[in-house]
Amino acid sequence: MTTLASRAARTKTVDTRRRLVVIGNGMAGARAVEEILARGGGVQYRITMFGDEPYGNYNRIMLSHVLSGEEDTGNIFLNSLDWYRENEITLHAGVRVDRIDRFAKLVFSDDGRATPYDVLVIATGSRSHLPPMDGMYTPGGRLLPGVFAFRTIDDTRNMVAYAQQDHHHRAVVVGGGLLGLEAARGLQSHGIDVDVVHSGGHLMNAQMGPEGGAVLRRSVEALGIRVHTGSRTTAVLGADKVTGVRLRDRPNIECDMVVVAAGIRPNVEVAVTSGLPVERAIVVDDHMRVPDEEEIYAVGECVQHRGEVYGLVAPLWEQAAVLADHVTGANPKAAYLGTRAATKLKVAGVDVASMGLQGPERETDEHVVFSEPSRGVFKSIVIRDGKIVGATLLGDSRKVAYLTQAFDRGLPLPEERVSLLFDVGGPGEEAGVAELDGAAQVCNCNGVSKQTLVETVKGGCSTLAGVMDATRAGKGCGSCKLLVRQVVEWAADGAVEEDPAANYYVPGVPLDKADLMAAIREQGLRSVSAVFAALAPGGAEDARSKMGLASLLKMMWAAEYIDERDARFVNDRVHANIQRDGTFSVVPQMKGGVTSPEQLRRIADVADKYRIPMVKLTGGQRIDLLGIPKEDLPKVWADLGMPSGYAYGKSFRTVKTCVGQEFCRFGTGDSTKLGVEIESRFQGIESPAKLKLAVSGCPRNCAESLVKDVGVVAVEGGRWEIYVGGAAGAHIRKGDLLATVDDPETVKLLTGRFMQYYRERANWLERTYAFVPRVGIEHLRSVIVEDSEGIGPELDAAMQRSVDSYVDPWTERDDPFTPGQFRTALPLEVLPQVPVR
Amino acid sequence: MMAGLSNAGQDAGLHVLGPLEQIPVGEGRAFGVAGEQVAVFRLRDGSLRAVSAVCPHKGGPIADGTIDRSVVMCPLHQHSFELETGCSTTGAGPLRSYPVAADAAGNIVLQLP
Repeated sequence: MTTLASRAARTKTVDTRRRLVVIGNGMAGARAVEEILARGGGVQYRITMFGDEPYGNYNRIMLSHVLSGEEDTGNIFLNSLDWYRENEITLHAGVRVDRIDRFAKLVFSDDGRATPYDVLVIATGSRSHLPPMDGMYTPGGRLLPGVFAFRTIDDTRNMVAYAQQDHHHRAVVVGGGLLGLEAARGLQSHGIDVDVVHSGGHLMNAQMGPEGGAVLRRSVEALGIRVHTGSRTTAVLGADKVTGVRLRDRPNIECDMVVVAAGIRPNVEVAVTSGLPVERAIVVDDHMRVPDEEEIYAVGECVQHRGEVYGLVAPLWEQAAVLADHVTGANPKAAYLGTRAATKLKVAGVDVASMGLQGPERETDEHVVFSEPSRGVFKSIVIRDGKIVGATLLGDSRKVAYLTQAFDRGLPLPEERVSLLFDVGGPGEEAGVAELDGAAQVCNCNGVSKQTLVETVKGGCSTLAGVMDATRAGKGCGSCKLLVRQVVEWAADGAVEEDPAANYYVPGVPLDKADLMAAIREQGLRSVSAVFAALAPGGAEDARSKMGLASLLKMMWAAEYIDERDARFVNDRVHANIQRDGTFSVVPQMKGGVTSPEQLRRIADVADKYRIPMVKLTGGQRIDLLGIPKEDLPKVWADLGMPSGYAYGKSFRTVKTCVGQEFCRFGTGDSTKLGVEIESRFQGIESPAKLKLAVSGCPRNCAESLVKDVGVVAVEGGRWEIYVGGAAGAHIRKGDLLATVDDPETVKLLTGRFMQYYRERANWLERTYAFVPRVGIEHLRSVIVEDSEGIGPELDAAMQRSVDSYVDPWTERDDPFTPGQFRTALPLEVLPQVPVR
Repeated sequence: MMAGLSNAGQDAGLHVLGPLEQIPVGEGRAFGVAGEQVAVFRLRDGSLRAVSAVCPHKGGPIADGTIDRSVVMCPLHQHSFELETGCSTTGAGPLRSYPVAADAAGNIVLQLP
């Protein structure tokens, strides 16, 4: 075979390259290798990397976004495994290096391997510092369940999983520094109530003085986070899992989880064991070399350079570049002289920038301060001999770019010091960008200067996204995005184009919803493949766009839609909801949550017959049968003999009702009947995102109508209130009152009209809780209730077409739409086994 | 891979999985082949692709994924993988890819290494 031949050929040529071994596959290790490769190091070295986390290289800074759910873990990887392969780097992921033999030039790892090196780079980074607290560990020496560090992807995933368990409501974050506040904010987004306990006198004391800390505290508390400063957590309470913490001199706090974010400690064990010089961290010289070791370098948070140990990303980039200059010989004169610590970030939603001194130290130091706690704004600048030696800015980052530059370079300052804090009578924000020197680095992660951005814009790139793609600016930690935008806008002189991709309905077709619908209608495009062929660049299909287009076309064409099953998501292909193990869940229709003994008996029989592992009542008042293999679905539906409840689609789901007037002594309107009628009318209609409805018989609101996509409430006097845009899931929002009407028929009419307007105008996957505030309830009232645009009858007719084209999808059980529609896709059991020949 | 199956090792590793028609256009189906789970896809241009059937991220059923000309997207967490190489475009581990083609009789023929 050809592969054998090529392998033989390769072994014949002896690889004469030197061996570079990197211990650590974090941001420092990978950046050092990138810099080495950029200097032609791939020709000189065969590279091997060890990382003790079982992953490729990822952006640790983004973990707080992963915790808050803004970012998926998949999106924070910096180098894909392809990158390692393309650069012929051998990666040992999940392997820890225990010892270095400096004399034999060997690295010993915990998989029993001895790896020889010619040049060694140590980039072991740091780990969470877990200050001693009683009860933090189980007798077996593991962290008590509910106690978390916040350092790795696994820490973050475990924290999210724990926070999402229903009975966990309260967390204590130990540490009120940058990481602690990020953790607190992230946990809040999972509905967790958070206390921050900080041993320092004020928040973020490493970056700012007490006055700034007090303003930050106000802003953080305004977010609903309780702050306890000047207090130490002495013990974690709970026998099998966390139940609270004990504080010094304060009452205990009950909680379900404890997150420790009390600083980091460099990982120096390998260096110590191997006899390398270690003080607070591994000692390096200005060449990033370990003293007296010609061939050993160290970089990142594990190093101590001129007495400083850094825990930020910017110094690491500078160190990696110097290291690469020496390792490759590209610039033997390169020297790292330390980094003037300037940080600019968003902590728990608050803009924070800090550089140099926190406050004046000498009598002659000037101190310019502005404080406006009610707006969360605080600005402090320390000036010595006419130069900025320190600054703290909170809640207003407009002057940060200019101040950072003045601090870095010791620029002369304006006589009128107040103009350092504000643009006094100037042209506003742009001045900050205009003042910025061309060589000033805008993106510190990827080293992109203002000049580079400006040249990219002058070169014809006039969108923010385009400039970011072309330069990689803003693609690291993302904290500079605002500044990148400002520079791009300034460089384009107002001619910057809105980023069009942000408005595309689906990513693969460059049109917003209105234009996309117009084009589909004009050209009569009735299938997803026809849309790609006519409207996508190069006619290219796009997997990410298929489901959204299928839904849109079905809504537009109803019965005339040409249904291509490959465009559907698997749930819509098999009319059931896929579960984590590849089985499916089945929810039969139970209109208004009303059932009967006969239905229940059938469901029970089906559950018995198919040994259904879990039978569950849903939040939408139905019965969920979980754990059904795909191949059993048709039989299960046949035995149930009930229509689909559509619990799997981006579609109308269910109408929840209360007991209602027939039995409830408070009932004021026949809510149950109306709920059943609404569900019968709109069953299964597809929409940009799911629609959950409710009808309550009185303002006690037992069906929770105020937090539904459309919620109806019967009020005294035979009237009905209609609320839209409510939610009580990942987001919580009380619906806005659309109208109060006199009869159930009008409720149905306006409900349908609202849903049709939403189907035609909302972005793909935009729930009503986002759509309603975006377009505004007044606008919705005028269009839907008052018909100010005269489109009411049109909307009603379009909805009627959708209602008329409804077919219960579970009837496909008798006549599969595609071959093997219900054939298993997982190694469960009945795969067609092909005999080995 | 699209050049078809390697001529070397004619018998070893070739498996006939039955008629092409069992895979609808634009979709995938899973096959057990000599103890390996393989997802075979039939693209809209008629060509075939084959990758391992279990997502390296959380074990999702790749054959149930959504595809275009170049990638398959796992139904569980939307990780994407190149159909040609199996490499993830979203930071997950890779799938294995296998040479696959239809023979003159319209049968799917897969080559295991």
